[in-house]
Amino acid sequence: MQSDHLISFEHVTKTFITWDGETHAVENVSFSVNEGEFVTLLGPSGCGKSTLLSILAGLIKPTNGEVHIRNEKVTGTSKHIGYMLQQDYLLGWRTIKENIFLGLEIQGLETEQNQKKALKLLAEMGLLSYKDHYPSQLSGGMRQRVALVRTLATNPDILLLDEPFSALDYQTKLKLEDLVIDTLRRKKKTAVLVTHDISEAIAMSDRIIILSPNPGRIKTVIEIPDVIRTPLPFASREVPEFQSYFQMVWKELNYS
Amino acid sequence: MKPLEDWLTRGKISEEHGKYLKKERLYSFLVGVSQLVILILFIGFWEIASTYKWIDPLLFSSPSRIWETFITMLLAGELHQHIIATVWETIVGFLLGTILGTVIAIVIWWSKFLSRVLDPYLVVLNGMPKVALGPLFIVAFGGGFMATIAMAIAISIVITTIVVYGSFKEVDPNYIKLVQTFGAKKQQIFSKIVLPVSFPTIISTLKVNVGLAWVGVIVGEFLVSKLGLGYLIIYGFQVFNLTLVFVSLFIIAVCATIMYHLVQYVEKLLLKNRN
Repeated sequence: MQSDHLISFEHVTKTFITWDGETHAVENVSFSVNEGEFVTLLGPSGCGKSTLLSILAGLIKPTNGEVHIRNEKVTGTSKHIGYMLQQDYLLGWRTIKENIFLGLEIQGLETEQNQKKALKLLAEMGLLSYKDHYPSQLSGGMRQRVALVRTLATNPDILLLDEPFSALDYQTKLKLEDLVIDTLRRKKKTAVLVTHDISEAIAMSDRIIILSPNPGRIKTVIEIPDVIRTPLPFASREVPEFQSYFQMVWKELNYS
Repeated sequence: MKPLEDWLTRGKISEEHGKYLKKERLYSFLVGVSQLVILILFIGFWEIASTYKWIDPLLFSSPSRIWETFITMLLAGELHQHIIATVWETIVGFLLGTILGTVIAIVIWWSKFLSRVLDPYLVVLNGMPKVALGPLFIVAFGGGFMATIAMAIAISIVITTIVVYGSFKEVDPNYIKLVQTFGAKKQQIFSKIVLPVSFPTIISTLKVNVGLAWVGVIVGEFLVSKLGLGYLIIYGFQVFNLTLVFVSLFIIAVCATIMYHLVQYVEKLLLKNRN
């Protein structure tokens, strides 16, 4: 099935089977993401949003259904994809510079040119002077910025963000949201964010896919209007329409 | 008293800081003095008790006799070979035990199947007092160097495997997920994440193993050797020269302490950049 979408989920179902029985994590989920789009999977815990992200990353296989990236079936991890975890998971025994080269190292792309690009990204995040420091010497926000550089260093087209701001304090989180959106727009990346934070979802996304739990299913899809999605996330929160969208999403999440 | 006061408060940045430094330094000094006093009292009491025959000098010797014997043997060149043999066996046994134990841990980490299969054997071997295997080592390796080292290895290898494998298993799966998202293969997961994360644990087994290696070597020498400090102890006991036994114990205590501190120093160097 040919399509113009960058990413497409087709009737994806995932059941985890263990000794104790089986857990239906997601059931019959279909959606697609266009090039350059920022899509958020929003839902309470147990709605399988992280599972969907892992399937997209090729880390786990769906029980049924298929996921395609550029019309190619996902069968394993791909260099198209960069993944950001809930915490920075910087390696404490490596310097910042060595941390951001990790992906390049693993993919065998450790050329001088790529390393220069990575350091340039680090400079864009205002952290170049920390390149020879160790992660323990950096604050939480700085560490998560380093993690972003590490993810971008391998130059993926698609970024998967698995609640990347959840471990940060509120102020840092707001600043990072702006930084991430700004960076992704400038570099024309496509992103899929997983979160349970309603205002984060509205402020950052072009489109929100609301999931209901046990098993995870798509409940509604909400398009965010230009007036909210054009400004950076911090400014988006100031737009008058923001409140009504917040109410709308809130109702969707709580209505059964 | 001014110079003393200055010395005790050296490096102060304020009056209060000076007071704090002085208090801490006096405290450390008191600890050091107490340690020394205990040692002197112990040696002094031993010497006196032996001189006045409160304890049997033939059985419990005395510090002065031990010292004399030590110096005489040292000057006669009788000690070097024993010290060198034992220290050498300990180092080899300790390194091989740690390295082989780690290698086995790596192998069973690699194969989930093998780890399940070997699990009960590891439990049994771990519970087994390795010293009881002594006679088997003598039969297998003959009475000498090899049997002693085998004993030192046997004592440390299983516990190393269990501890190191345990730390491999406890690596936060998110770190593994992180490198997997970059497409890491199993070998890369190991070399980039699992091994470096577990490195402090591997290093800490060094400190445990250096102690265990001493046990293995001394017991090994008890059983088979014609050389070494363990042999000197058994020999001294057999000819009822207990002063010789004490000399050996004294040397073992010194060597084991030095080796422990060396390992601790190496550990510090290797873990310098860790938080």
